[in-house]
Amino acid sequence: MALLRITSPHTQRAGRKTSWVMLMVIAATIPGLVVQTALFGWGTLINILIAVAAALVSEAIILKMRQRSIGFFLKDYSAVLTAVLLGLALPPSVPWWLTVTAVSFAIIFAKQVYGGLGNNPFNPAMVGYAIVLVSFPVPMTQWLGSADVVATQDTLSFVHSIAAIFSSAPVIDGYTMATPLDAFKHKEGLMSSEAFASVEALSSGNLSSWFYVNMAYLAGGLALLYFRIITWHTPVALLGALAVMASLFYMIDASNAATPYFHLTTGAAMFGAFFIATDPVSSCTSNKGKLFYGCGIGVLIFIIRTWGGYPDAVAFAVLLMNFAAPFIDYYSQPRAYGHKKAKKGLKIGDSQ
Amino acid sequence: MTTILIAVGILLVLSLIFGAILGFANVRFHVEGDPIVAQIDAILPQTQCGQCGHPGCRPYAEAIANGEAINHCPPGGQATIQALADLLDVEAIPLDGDHGEETAKRVAVIREDECIGCTKCIQACPVDAILGAAKQMHTVIADECTGCDLCIDPCPVDCIDMVEIGVTTKTWSWDKPVGPMSRPGNLIASDRQPLMEASH
Amino acid sequence: MPSDVTVFEFHGGIHPEQNKTQSLQLPLGNPKLPDELVLPLGQHIGQMSRPLVKVGDRVLKGQTIAINNGFLSSFLHAPTSGRISAIEERAIAHPSGLSDLCIIIEPDNKETWCELRPMPLWQESTKTDVLTYLAEMGIVGMGGAGFPTQVKLQGAQKNDLDYLIINAAECEPYITADDMLIREKTSHLVQGIQILQFLVEANNVIIGIEDNKEKAIELLQNELRVRQLDKQIKIAVVPTKYPSGGEKQLIQLLTDREVPSGKHPIDIGIICQNVGTCSAIYDAVVLGQPLISRITTLTGAALEHPQNVEVLLGTPIEHLLNYAGCDHSQLQRLIMGGPMMGFTLENQQAPIIKTTNCILAGSAKELPQPEPEQACIRCGMCEQACPASLLPQQLLWFTKSQEFEKAEHYNLFDCIECGACSYVCPSSIPLVQYYRHGKSAIREARDATIKSDHAKLRFEARKARQEAEAAEKEAKRLARKKPAPKADKAKVDAPTNDVTTAKADNANKAEKPANNEASKKLKIDLAIAKAKMKKLEKALTAAQEETRTEEINQLQTEVNEQKNTIQQLEDELTKVAPPAKVTKVANPNEAGVKQLKIDAAIAKASVKKLEKAIKKAEDINAPELETLKSQLTPAILRANELEKSLASAQEAAAKSSDSTATQAEELSEQAKADTKKLKIDIAIANAAIKKAKKNIDAMKAEGQDDAAIDASGLPQKLAEHEANITGLQQKLTDLTATDSKTEKPSAEVNPLADKIKKQKIAVALAKAQISKLTKRMEKEPEKAAEIQLEIEAKQAAQTTAETELAQLLNTQEKN
Ligand code: SF4
Ligand code: SF4
Ligand code: SF4
Ligand code: SF4
Repeated sequence: MALLRITSPHTQRAGRKTSWVMLMVIAATIPGLVVQTALFGWGTLINILIAVAAALVSEAIILKMRQRSIGFFLKDYSAVLTAVLLGLALPPSVPWWLTVTAVSFAIIFAKQVYGGLGNNPFNPAMVGYAIVLVSFPVPMTQWLGSADVVATQDTLSFVHSIAAIFSSAPVIDGYTMATPLDAFKHKEGLMSSEAFASVEALSSGNLSSWFYVNMAYLAGGLALLYFRIITWHTPVALLGALAVMASLFYMIDASNAATPYFHLTTGAAMFGAFFIATDPVSSCTSNKGKLFYGCGIGVLIFIIRTWGGYPDAVAFAVLLMNFAAPFIDYYSQPRAYGHKKAKKGLKIGDSQ
Repeated sequence: MTTILIAVGILLVLSLIFGAILGFANVRFHVEGDPIVAQIDAILPQTQCGQCGHPGCRPYAEAIANGEAINHCPPGGQATIQALADLLDVEAIPLDGDHGEETAKRVAVIREDECIGCTKCIQACPVDAILGAAKQMHTVIADECTGCDLCIDPCPVDCIDMVEIGVTTKTWSWDKPVGPMSRPGNLIASDRQPLMEASH
Repeated sequence: MPSDVTVFEFHGGIHPEQNKTQSLQLPLGNPKLPDELVLPLGQHIGQMSRPLVKVGDRVLKGQTIAINNGFLSSFLHAPTSGRISAIEERAIAHPSGLSDLCIIIEPDNKETWCELRPMPLWQESTKTDVLTYLAEMGIVGMGGAGFPTQVKLQGAQKNDLDYLIINAAECEPYITADDMLIREKTSHLVQGIQILQFLVEANNVIIGIEDNKEKAIELLQNELRVRQLDKQIKIAVVPTKYPSGGEKQLIQLLTDREVPSGKHPIDIGIICQNVGTCSAIYDAVVLGQPLISRITTLTGAALEHPQNVEVLLGTPIEHLLNYAGCDHSQLQRLIMGGPMMGFTLENQQAPIIKTTNCILAGSAKELPQPEPEQACIRCGMCEQACPASLLPQQLLWFTKSQEFEKAEHYNLFDCIECGACSYVCPSSIPLVQYYRHGKSAIREARDATIKSDHAKLRFEARKARQEAEAAEKEAKRLARKKPAPKADKAKVDAPTNDVTTAKADNANKAEKPANNEASKKLKIDLAIAKAKMKKLEKALTAAQEETRTEEINQLQTEVNEQKNTIQQLEDELTKVAPPAKVTKVANPNEAGVKQLKIDAAIAKASVKKLEKAIKKAEDINAPELETLKSQLTPAILRANELEKSLASAQEAAAKSSDSTATQAEELSEQAKADTKKLKIDIAIANAAIKKAKKNIDAMKAEGQDDAAIDASGLPQKLAEHEANITGLQQKLTDLTATDSKTEKPSAEVNPLADKIKKQKIAVALAKAQISKLTKRMEKEPEKAAEIQLEIEAKQAAQTTAETELAQLLNTQEKN
């Protein structure tokens, strides 16, 4: 047998391949998916299926056009992961074409155009999300009321979900309502306490649904941490910054601001912290950088939620920090062994 | 109307202020760079072979500074073109084949028993890499030879060879990996095909 | 396990499968002698050693066979007694698979030692003596790159040393050589450490060892206790984590200090030595045995009996594989070193060298071929694993896109190539290979810059010199104009057929007046200096006779100085007044020859020019092509004619000198000169033939038929030239014969040698023709058949020539 000539090292950690990483992340979304389905109906699951199909098709087409091996790149499951994340983020009742638009945009323009996996400066799922959010704001801000609020088992039925997704006109009926964040944003001069008392979307039933969803994602995120697929830096910094900002403003003006608890348990807080902001490709590199990056997202989420035009802010906050990531990277190089100080910036010439 | 005027006025003032700041920064943080010709010259390989059509590297550097194409230097090859492109902020173009092809690094070697000692090669060598005296055998100092070929033609008895500098264990290095889709193995780089469509 | 000292931590690290038990099942093995030992001259970092032996020499075990060649080099010794069977290039253990110079020893199986000169009283010797001794014993670092030990230790003479660290961590999977060495040679090892401590006098001596070597730790502790050294020498048990055995990492583990980037441990008062080196030091100092063997681990799934062996340096790996029962059908990857940092070998004949700690014969199942590389997903796993706290994914990005400056800025050169990053990378990216490539590309670029700067300097210096020369000439010309206007005129009027003589005369005449004064002064100075010299020499002899040492020294230096002055003066004098050239042109014939030569050269040059012009014209299909071509033939004719007359002139010259010369000595002188000339002529004629042939080829290539070629007269010329050469060669032979006769009248002329030479030439000629024809065939496939025939004919000619040559050679040998 001819002997191989290969550079060292000659062994590799068994099992933990890129596809495994992607599959693990997908697996970690299962608790969230289950809770979402239980509380908001089959829509999420159907969304995900549509999204995955759309992602695979658009990825395959682009790979073909770029003359790359389709099988090889589809097998890294990165497109599937993007689709799953998008499917989870979109409201359960959005029409199917909206999902397809979001996903194909994410795959084609946010990922492949930049050279495919590993080269995209922005989180593809969030690019897709932001695009449809800006283009179709109405269906995007209508979330199904959770089952115990809307109080009919109807919304949970498969038929209802199918109808909502495949009907020709977006369904805005009695079953849908604004998310708590949206509702809070549009409380129109009501004091916080009044809003919580009177607005349907802010009723304790709806809020606890969102609490369960967030806790499910937290559980998935902890699993990712346990398997060392992500490090703690980004989520902790993100949630910490969000909590600090919320507490600060709650202390200043308790009557108009929401509690930190509200911020951390509604909307996409946990989902964003553990699944979106930790996307390795578009985030910062070093541990120190990840702390800055997470903080930045946390602060931006709070700012956009409080003063911005859109109810939830994870997508925009993440995209904004994606912009800043290379810059943060330059200034957050770790101190290498044998160096007194960490190197800063990209000043060429002081390397020697 | 007044609002427009005020807006225009404010913009004007702002631009003046920023202009002043930028101007100040330019003066204050000015970096004294080498003149461009020297920088170009530093990139060129200093083989002095004249294949670019100029009598030496510096004249070509001057010509580049005056707008000549950056792809006329075969000894420097693509690496030099890339470096020039980076320096001058232009696109890196492939080497112009009219001026010769990029070859492996070579040195001149005189077949000493055939040398008639005419000293013609000494006069041709731009870096004084040849030793010898009239009617004596000549030899090339390999360390000084830039491999420019200029001594080949003048030799009346064709006794100078250009010999490729082979790879030794001291100069050998790993190739750059081929990149995604390739599997490192004992294949030499050229017959290593990326696993295209055929993969699985 | 208790550790005597606090153990700190280092960033990153990985926990690959240990795989150490396999090779610890069997005791230390002792393979028998192989058929030959291959000893590369470059087993260490730095310059190759210089061989001291010749092919055919008999050597004894332990005899020095190569010595160091500069500062960073090492000695090499014969691992067994036997005969040097060759000194040649052999495949060596190097990732490139290239060959290098090796000394090959054929063992005589007697294992006769040379006389050993140990240093049992090392405590009483000076450190310098011991260090020199270690160098002569060929001791180099046996854990890593093979850094000459005495060089490393010398550093400790200059700096105060805080720590002497003995590296027994052995963190690489599979390898157990150090473990085995500690178990087998505990007391040697400890005594070796004592010698080291004597040499460096460190404040602390710590043995760093991973906690997976329990038996070794126990033995070491016992040994230290028995020798009552446990106060001086501490054992630090470090947790098993790759790469704790890396020098920098071990230092960090044991001292919490970091070796500054680009510096050495010695700069922060630390020296690291491998256990193997310590025991080798003991062997050398106490037993007097140079470094000729080492303990190496043979392991891997392809081996039936994995084990450690004590093996002689130079043993071919195949020999060891067979010893350990290698199943060659299983063997897919042969690694020297461990699986993390070792390199693959393609040639099983490569020998064991001083730094070989492991041979890993891996099966396909055990070390599967890596997965295809995928895109980096920037997961950061590599960063978490990197013991140097680098950002491997950024380094990958920059080396991949050839942005080497940025890669350097991200501390590429602090990468220790440990492979931890590649190990954990989920995308199977061969990160280390990227870094190695990047590093060597940067180094190459640096070297190229240095070289190009150097070339530039030389180029500029040459230009400056040429300008200065031109200026000087100009100045001289101006100076000449005034005092010697006649000479100038004479030059112009000089009859053309005697230009050379006139020129030489002119030069002398012209230079004389200008330089007269200077040369006079110089001559006077010289005379004075010489007189002084004579006096000094007298004084020196006197002093020597009376052995007045101080005075002798003093005088000696003065004499030397004086000699220098004289030399200088003489140099200057020669410059100012070059020896008259007139004498050289004594032979009128020679002048004629020279003139002819010049004419011939000019004619040739014009032929060349014409050819070039034709080529150009052809390229652009210019109308003047025909005219040019028609000019070419007469030009060539003229060149040939000139050459012919040149040849005859030279003959005449030779003849005339033949006839005029009477004394044997003179004759031989003359003959020699003639030989040289003839040789030159032959060379020139050869070149002319080459060119003519080229022309013919070119014409053929242009598609002109044979008739046209014939018409051009080139083939005839060619034949003529060839005849000419034969004539010249004949002459040369005659001359050489006369020459040798006159020089050594007793020696007989060897007609055979001539014949052989001719035959050789014939063979070479045939070969050259064949190769030319083959080339042509490639160019003109339509004429392939024709050319093929020709080639065959030529080949036949070559074969006959070769057989004849062989016969001749035979006869010669018999004689
Ligand atoms: S020796 Fe010849 S090839 Fe080398 S530098 Fe001089 S002229 Fe050029
Ligand atoms: S040109 Fe050729 S023959 Fe003349 S000195 Fe140089 S090597 Fe010798
Ligand atoms: S481990 Fe591999 S895929 Fe992950 S960041 Fe490092 S190089 Fe990229
Ligand atoms: S090989 Fe270099 S970059 Fe990779 S882990 Fe080791 S030191 Fe770090």
